[in-house]
Amino acid sequence: MSTPVLSVRNLRVEFPTRRGTLVAVDDVSFDIAPGEVLGVVGESGAGKSMTGTAVIGLLEPPGHIAGGQVWLQGERIDTLPPEKMRRVRGKRIGMVFQDPLTSLNPLYRVGEQLIETIRTHTDASPAEARKRSIGLLEAAGIQGAARRIDSYPHEFSGGMRQRVVIALALAAEPDLIIADEPTTALDVSIQAQIIQLLKTLCRERGAAIMLITHDMGVIAETADRVAVMYAGRIAEIGPVRDVVQRPQHPYTKGLMGSIPTLEMDGGRLLQIPGSMPRLTAIPNGCAFHPRCDFVFDRCRTERPNPMPSGASAVACWLADPKNGSPRVDREATAAQAKSPT
Amino acid sequence: MLAYSIRRIFEALIVMITVAALAFVLFRFVGDPVNQLVGQDATLAERDLIRKELGLDDPVPVQFARFVWKAAHLDFGMSYQVKQPVATVFAARFPATFELAMTAALFATLIGIPMGVYTGIHRDSFLSKTFLTLSLIGISLPTFLIGILLIWVFSTRLGWLPSFGRGDTVDLGFWRTGFLTRDGWAHLILPAVTLGLFQLTLITRLVRSQMLEVLRADYIKFARARGLTDRAVNFGHALKNTLIPVITVIGLQVGSIIAFALITEFVFQWPGMGLLFLQSVQSADIPVMSAYLFLVAFMFVAINFVVDLLYVWVDPRIRILGSS
Repeated sequence: MSTPVLSVRNLRVEFPTRRGTLVAVDDVSFDIAPGEVLGVVGESGAGKSMTGTAVIGLLEPPGHIAGGQVWLQGERIDTLPPEKMRRVRGKRIGMVFQDPLTSLNPLYRVGEQLIETIRTHTDASPAEARKRSIGLLEAAGIQGAARRIDSYPHEFSGGMRQRVVIALALAAEPDLIIADEPTTALDVSIQAQIIQLLKTLCRERGAAIMLITHDMGVIAETADRVAVMYAGRIAEIGPVRDVVQRPQHPYTKGLMGSIPTLEMDGGRLLQIPGSMPRLTAIPNGCAFHPRCDFVFDRCRTERPNPMPSGASAVACWLADPKNGSPRVDREATAAQAKSPT
Repeated sequence: MLAYSIRRIFEALIVMITVAALAFVLFRFVGDPVNQLVGQDATLAERDLIRKELGLDDPVPVQFARFVWKAAHLDFGMSYQVKQPVATVFAARFPATFELAMTAALFATLIGIPMGVYTGIHRDSFLSKTFLTLSLIGISLPTFLIGILLIWVFSTRLGWLPSFGRGDTVDLGFWRTGFLTRDGWAHLILPAVTLGLFQLTLITRLVRSQMLEVLRADYIKFARARGLTDRAVNFGHALKNTLIPVITVIGLQVGSIIAFALITEFVFQWPGMGLLFLQSVQSADIPVMSAYLFLVAFMFVAINFVVDLLYVWVDPRIRILGSS
């Protein structure tokens, strides 16, 4: 296997506050292969956006990376000096934010913003940069791009603006796009188009995507692999089909069970009792244990790290082969029997 | 754009007519002007004659119409005190006030905006905290006290700068300027700093708070995520977005710098319109007072009009609004 585009190892993000240190991201590790789409799901506050923000080096102080490593194409980037990190942003990692209405500077024409981005990272002449900008807008599906390039952001609709934002994120041809809830603020009818556009453009350019969302539907349709986050940690990570159809972590099971399907006729949706712990009060052991139906003693004291189980990795003691629980054995063997490896 | 301008001009006219009414009413409430003009031993017949000459026996609306008509032609009558046309008196005084006010405004803007940007970007640096503490002093000390303190330090103690008057000026025929001589500049520094200090602190604090707000905006985060340089983000993207409220305040402040220059002019015996106004109050010189009122209002309105046009230049969203 070739070098991953992005390799995150034991990432820890802390926010010192007056009431103590918040650990927003705790011991998170994952890889993204070239051209791969990794979905990151979880509830609000699970640390998914924070992970993306930490990777691109835009954590708002006092938040900071307190541990771990971030590698981009074999180069460590979390320790780069600010000026070098700035050159990585846009050029090698692009980012798309949630709200297209506020992502664009209202006082500049979209062309000015595109040309500025291109010229920051390449030595293209203004005319070349403009030509490339028009090309980007066309690729992003904006009709009459040659004319629209001189429009201001407020002259575009929300969906069109997100197309402009995607064009901007791709302007300097990065190898990785971090898309932080790119469709959450959009009308349901155009969400699919925007996701499709993002995926197509990235595939054409060979860029990998880290797709942060809480929409399992988007993940199921778009991602190659998916990481499920809970209370700042990765609960389960694996190929999207395995995680969606055969979730192993009790939290993922709850998450999948809470999605309504067309086949259900009036039955109640599965609900996980309780709510995600506050970041100041993460319980010992497994962060999910107070809400877990399968909890046993070990969960309360010892924290599970993601351990391989089939094609996935699951941070749950149930997945530990050394564990003696009979029901676990049954589940683990079942998962292994079904997996292709 | 044209419709926008016309609407603004129309609004300005309404303001000016209202002010004219106030200036006019001033005449009617401060006693009989005829008493000011004639001696104590003038006969009733003589008084009536003057009253007729001045048109004071006409109906009030006619007098008001005549007042507005004349004011529009910069004819504010004769000063009771110096027995010269008010327009001539003001023309002689206006350059002094204008030069003082413009210098003060430039001083406040050119130092205030960079200081505001700096304190906005480097929130917790030692220099920012020093600036902010100093600006508290600037905001809370009254103008006359600042003026007197500056005179005490720089004129009395150190003897570096003169403490009163305009110094050597050059007469350009229509305009007497202090900008062309060293002495003129030396005389300008203390009053301009005194007059501009409050505006300086105001602009610093305003730009700072606007910067703090804008720097949190998504488009700033997105600009950083695109790898733009700090310079491009802070000055290109953030500063421009802070400008709308800043331009408004600077515009209004230029108006009030001119209007309230009178305290500074008094402290430094600066021969401008403010000093003229204070003198005319002491001698109940109504034509001068009403002309001053009129002029100050006109300058406020004119500056506001310019500010409105500047908005359109800065913010494309207003452009659309204005043309539709």
